[in-house]
Amino acid sequence: MTAETADAILPAKRSSSVRVLKLAETVAIPVGAVVVSALLFSVFLLIIGKDPLQFWSLMWTGGFGSSFSIQNSLQRAAPLILTGLAFAIPARIGLTMIGGEGALVLGGFAAAAIAIPLVSNVVPPIVTLPLMAAAGMLAGGLWIGLVGWLRHYRGVNETISSLLLSYIAIAIMNFFVEGALRDPASANKPSTLPIGDTYRIGSIPGTDVHWGFAAGIVLAIALWVLMSRTTFGFAARMTGGNARAAKAQGLPVGWLMVICCIIAGACAGLAGFFEVAAIHGQANASLVAGYGFTGILVAFLARQNPLAVVPVAILFGAIAAAGGVIQRRMGLPDATVLVLQGMLFVVLLVSETFYGRFKFFQPASSGDRV
Amino acid sequence: MDQLVTVLIAMLGGAIRVSTPFMFVALGETLTEKSGRINLGLEGNLVLGAMVAYATSYLTGSPWLGVLAAGSSGLVLGALHGYICKLPKVNDIAIGIAFMSFGTGLAFFFGKPFIQPSAPQLDAIHLGDWTGNPALAQALQVNPLFFVGIIVAIAMWWALKNTKWGLIVRMAGDSAASAKAMGVSVDLVRFLATAAGGFMAGIGGAFLSLSYPGIWSQGLSSGQGLMAVALVIFARWDPIRAIFAALLFGAAGAIGPSLQSIGITQGYYFFNAAPYILTLVILVLSAGSKASAREAPGELSITK
Repeated sequence: MTAETADAILPAKRSSSVRVLKLAETVAIPVGAVVVSALLFSVFLLIIGKDPLQFWSLMWTGGFGSSFSIQNSLQRAAPLILTGLAFAIPARIGLTMIGGEGALVLGGFAAAAIAIPLVSNVVPPIVTLPLMAAAGMLAGGLWIGLVGWLRHYRGVNETISSLLLSYIAIAIMNFFVEGALRDPASANKPSTLPIGDTYRIGSIPGTDVHWGFAAGIVLAIALWVLMSRTTFGFAARMTGGNARAAKAQGLPVGWLMVICCIIAGACAGLAGFFEVAAIHGQANASLVAGYGFTGILVAFLARQNPLAVVPVAILFGAIAAAGGVIQRRMGLPDATVLVLQGMLFVVLLVSETFYGRFKFFQPASSGDRV
Repeated sequence: MDQLVTVLIAMLGGAIRVSTPFMFVALGETLTEKSGRINLGLEGNLVLGAMVAYATSYLTGSPWLGVLAAGSSGLVLGALHGYICKLPKVNDIAIGIAFMSFGTGLAFFFGKPFIQPSAPQLDAIHLGDWTGNPALAQALQVNPLFFVGIIVAIAMWWALKNTKWGLIVRMAGDSAASAKAMGVSVDLVRFLATAAGGFMAGIGGAFLSLSYPGIWSQGLSSGQGLMAVALVIFARWDPIRAIFAALLFGAAGAIGPSLQSIGITQGYYFFNAAPYILTLVILVLSAGSKASAREAPGELSITK
């Protein structure tokens, strides 16, 4: 782990062939993990008496087979890019922050809540939507910022606190949605007042994919630049490599952690905003869709690289998009996707043990690297 | 006044019922963490255990067989966790998250057909019939697993302190180097402790589906497995303190339903969130405390 981090911090020192080998290794091992878990899942399907070939071909047609399904996949990838970033950024500074789900829900709720007075006073969408997005990002950012603060200044484990805060965030939304902010017309599914069609954020021209997808790509690029091309990113990665050494160097470790967490929460909160402004039109229990948790897996498969988060999120968007078709056509329960994801997750983490183990990826003279 | 008594009695009964799964998960996690490893994935064991117990009880008609099956399913997940964690470069916290989602996914997948039918439940022991107070009698219908948990806690406390095995587990947790110097295989000790911890968490799941709330559904556990992990830190890795901590958590979880029993439904969602808020507050208080730092197993990554 430390040898890898040192490499990541000092890229200039490596010769290009070492770099290519390193890149090949970071691509080959996750791809290998995907293949192995696909095989394992096929065995699982065979055991329960289903046809794996049918499963994978349905997965392909449901995810990428037609322009409709591709757009569906991209639509579902949008929140996953943002929640993937929400896990990846704190991970770079050494935090295992898994509260993206709560930040998404709270962000979506904050966006829907601030929209209620704005919509009723007919404030134009061009003003309302940015305010909603800001509210979502602020709510998510502060929520996860608290995780970073508790971690550094109170020594509270960030993994546990972030998951607890997720449950609390969902309870806060339920409290308001079923109480003070409930739309009386929402009988079966308590919701906030709908924002109405004029306030919906549209699609990217020429597609049915909402703007959240574009926002996710822009943020992924921006955060990649931030984390690998700026002093801030350098300091953050150094802290992630060795917090004690970073502190000894006089880096403001606490603030770096809090800021990384605020960025993460803002990403997840923005995902919540897009879910409200583009998909649901109001805040309700539908916001708790597991995007936050799938985002963790997305970030792991992308090896916490903000740019790699985008293609991996599209892959998982496709899996989610194909899930419905697979359920109907093969008579499998909706938890099938959960089993597949869980298996992939475990295999992926096991694959971490193979870094540096394959001679093929090691430079010929590796005397200076342990 | 009467209403206050009603609420307090309901909270007593609730604390006993709600605390049992916490107790089992926390005891399992205490053992695992004493050996120097953390298993954050016990939520997965809990949910899978609940499903397996319910399905076994429904198919065989024997709830106790269900308890055993639930423990076994937890044992398998725990053993997998323990095996994977000993591979180099593998992060035990991340593996815990993965097993949380894998266990839950398996439970939802295989549990689908068992959501509707009702399975035979574990019989409670009626401890309060002599009081002549129906509310109190109902609160004191205690499931035998509650007592099993207490016995296990006392046994674990005694064994960790007084036996050779207890010493080996504590040594693996406090200093891997000195355990190795004594010729103890740290990996093996941690593997066994993680598997045993998984077994306990599986039994905690059996309580959820076979006693209280006594159904199998996908929303059965919402983070109880995770809260129990936090509870271990609060109880400072002591099995006896873990019992009291579990009762406290149980009481917090029982506030909402107890108030509902006298017709107060306002703030129901707030009281639902009470156990999570309590856990967080407790974590903040205990993470900073010197006593906690002193008693934490030295090899534990979560307290470093």
